[in-house]
Amino acid sequence: MRVALFATCLVDFMRPSVGFAAVQLLQQAGCEVDVPLAQTCCGQPAWNNGDAANARKLARQMIDVFEDYDHVIVPSGSCAGMLRHHYPTVLAEDSDYSERANQLAARCHELTGFLVDVLGVTSTGAVFDGRLTWHDSCSCLREMQVSRQPRQLLQALQGCELIELPDNEVCCGFGGTFCVKFPEISTRMVTDKVDAIVTTGASTVAAADLGCLMNIAGRISRRELPIRVFHVAELLAGMTDTPAIGEKS
Amino acid sequence: MRAHSQAFPQRAQVALLDERLQAALAKARGGFVDKRRAALDQLPEFEQLRVAAREIKEHTLSHLEQYLLQFEQQVELSGGKVHWAADPAEACEIAVGLCRDADAQAVTKGKTMVGEEIGLNEALEAASLRVIETDLGEYIIQLAEEPPSHIIAPAVHKSRGEIAELFQAHHHGEEFTRPLETVPDIVDEARKVLRDEFLGADVGITGANMLIADTGSTALVTNEGNGDLTASLPRVHIVIASIEKVVPTLEDATVLLRLLARSATGQSITSYTSFFTGPKRSEDIGGPEQFHVVLVDNGRSEMLGNAFREMLRCIRCGACLNHCPVYGAVGGHAYGWVYPGPMGSVLTPLMIGLDEGHVLADASSLCGRCEAVCPMSIPLPSLLREHRLQSHRDGLMKPLARSMLGFWAAIARRPRLYRWLVERKSRLLHRIAGKRGYLRHVPMAGGWTCSRDLPAPQGGSFVAEWQRRQGNKDDNA
Repeated sequence: MRVALFATCLVDFMRPSVGFAAVQLLQQAGCEVDVPLAQTCCGQPAWNNGDAANARKLARQMIDVFEDYDHVIVPSGSCAGMLRHHYPTVLAEDSDYSERANQLAARCHELTGFLVDVLGVTSTGAVFDGRLTWHDSCSCLREMQVSRQPRQLLQALQGCELIELPDNEVCCGFGGTFCVKFPEISTRMVTDKVDAIVTTGASTVAAADLGCLMNIAGRISRRELPIRVFHVAELLAGMTDTPAIGEKS
Repeated sequence: MRAHSQAFPQRAQVALLDERLQAALAKARGGFVDKRRAALDQLPEFEQLRVAAREIKEHTLSHLEQYLLQFEQQVELSGGKVHWAADPAEACEIAVGLCRDADAQAVTKGKTMVGEEIGLNEALEAASLRVIETDLGEYIIQLAEEPPSHIIAPAVHKSRGEIAELFQAHHHGEEFTRPLETVPDIVDEARKVLRDEFLGADVGITGANMLIADTGSTALVTNEGNGDLTASLPRVHIVIASIEKVVPTLEDATVLLRLLARSATGQSITSYTSFFTGPKRSEDIGGPEQFHVVLVDNGRSEMLGNAFREMLRCIRCGACLNHCPVYGAVGGHAYGWVYPGPMGSVLTPLMIGLDEGHVLADASSLCGRCEAVCPMSIPLPSLLREHRLQSHRDGLMKPLARSMLGFWAAIARRPRLYRWLVERKSRLLHRIAGKRGYLRHVPMAGGWTCSRDLPAPQGGSFVAEWQRRQGNKDDNA
């Protein structure tokens, strides 16, 4: 099976280790993985801010880059949701691309959802010794229906104690440009989220979306709390010996 | 009511610092969410009901004219009268005219959000009528001279202490000297005050949760019974309802009723569910002599044919408000007009104009929890995005934000330039952060760094680095 990894602009820019972890997990499960060089951004910031023209241009560019692969795997619920659920709408009136958008949408997956649902992975064989809590990103939980899959894989980590986060259906306050357009409201939301994380007593929090993770890690760092923040791919690939998100080296 | 929606960002900041409001919101939020969940746990057929409800509303909207005309015909057969109002001014004029024709001096009112939408109280008061709100929450905010902050719990922002203060300031006389320490004390006192008002009113005005086309009935759900007293004691009963409230049959109404209270308050059914059909008949013991229904359009027939049609399925349960993290943080008054929360952020720009209301559509992380809990499956995030698309087309976005987004997109459309910039910028930020791993101050990123550190990049582009490693592998092979 020949799959392409769409790393997402945040992983590409902020945290290459998430990309390498995702490649490792996919290869370990038997996939031939390619990371096309021409990938940039899926266009979600444009679409969610009402800039339909730029959203269309970026969606067409993404389709050109990714449509020849069996599957497109994304280490982010939000960017996967953009490809899966929004491209067909973005390009609905584009006679050259609308059908191609539908085709790509059907073959686009969030990483943990793909590992469990399509590849049938039950354990990645990695070790994680500690108390961990899981943050459901809104897009994973509601748009991609991915909540059981990462939990299943995390519970299979040797030594891992997974603790449920209270109010796990509530947004962390990232929301793309929302967090800088309405910083006070976003701060309130991420403060509530971090408070909930603290109540679990977990020493590590993980999620499948780097946007949420940077938001949560940024707030944890500002409050100087001893909680480490990792992307789920890093945990599943056993790559936790690097500094966590926002952590000193 | 004058709209202040443009000032949402400033009003939200004030709300976040208001400790009394924050305490009231925290209390309400947990209650609504937990009670709804418990009610749905007892209703395994919720998803089927949701599908059925959606079909009923979609069918009705596709034949809206037919069902509204049928409703009118049935109301008239039962001795009532239907009045059509295209806009708020016309609706108010009709209501005031009906009060004048009845030589009315005092008007009791049940809770009606459409009444708020059309500015009914102001119009009635301008016509020298005495208006008394009879829903406890509405009565409280009438005393406080405030608009509702929630569509089903208008005084949810008020604490018990604040309500007691209001009552002490407004209720005079010997019977009102006892301290108001508990909720029953407050309810008892309101009941005493309102009893005389019910008996003395000439006209009673209520809203309607539904209009039943084949019987000409209006349906009203309440928990206090005040709606029934408002509807049946005065000489004239006026129902104010928007046109999308119609459903074909009583059977259809029961499907929506099963969803409404559970989604709203977590009750399986409200304490009172009343159907009003025509005025008092000769064999009836009581009831109004006249029964009028004012059907308000106010932009709804236009919505029927545009991208916001699905919003017409809304049954005003308030579940989207109760589950919205933004509403939960700032409360209803920050939204600056009648309807708050996700449903309000969709409706308000349609009713007061996009130029006045577009900021509300922006004030959402598009988390989707509203859509997930909506009993009518309204795609609220998509409708908010629709406003954003329209705002962008109309050039309403702040010029700086617009050009930054455009700049970003221009780079993302040039993969080679993009890759080069990602490499340079990520390494630069990594170097500036040094061993600390985060940045505390970043130029132009005050919205982020006001409360959060910015995690530093690891340095270098993943895609470029992966390609380099592949190249090395190929070279070694």
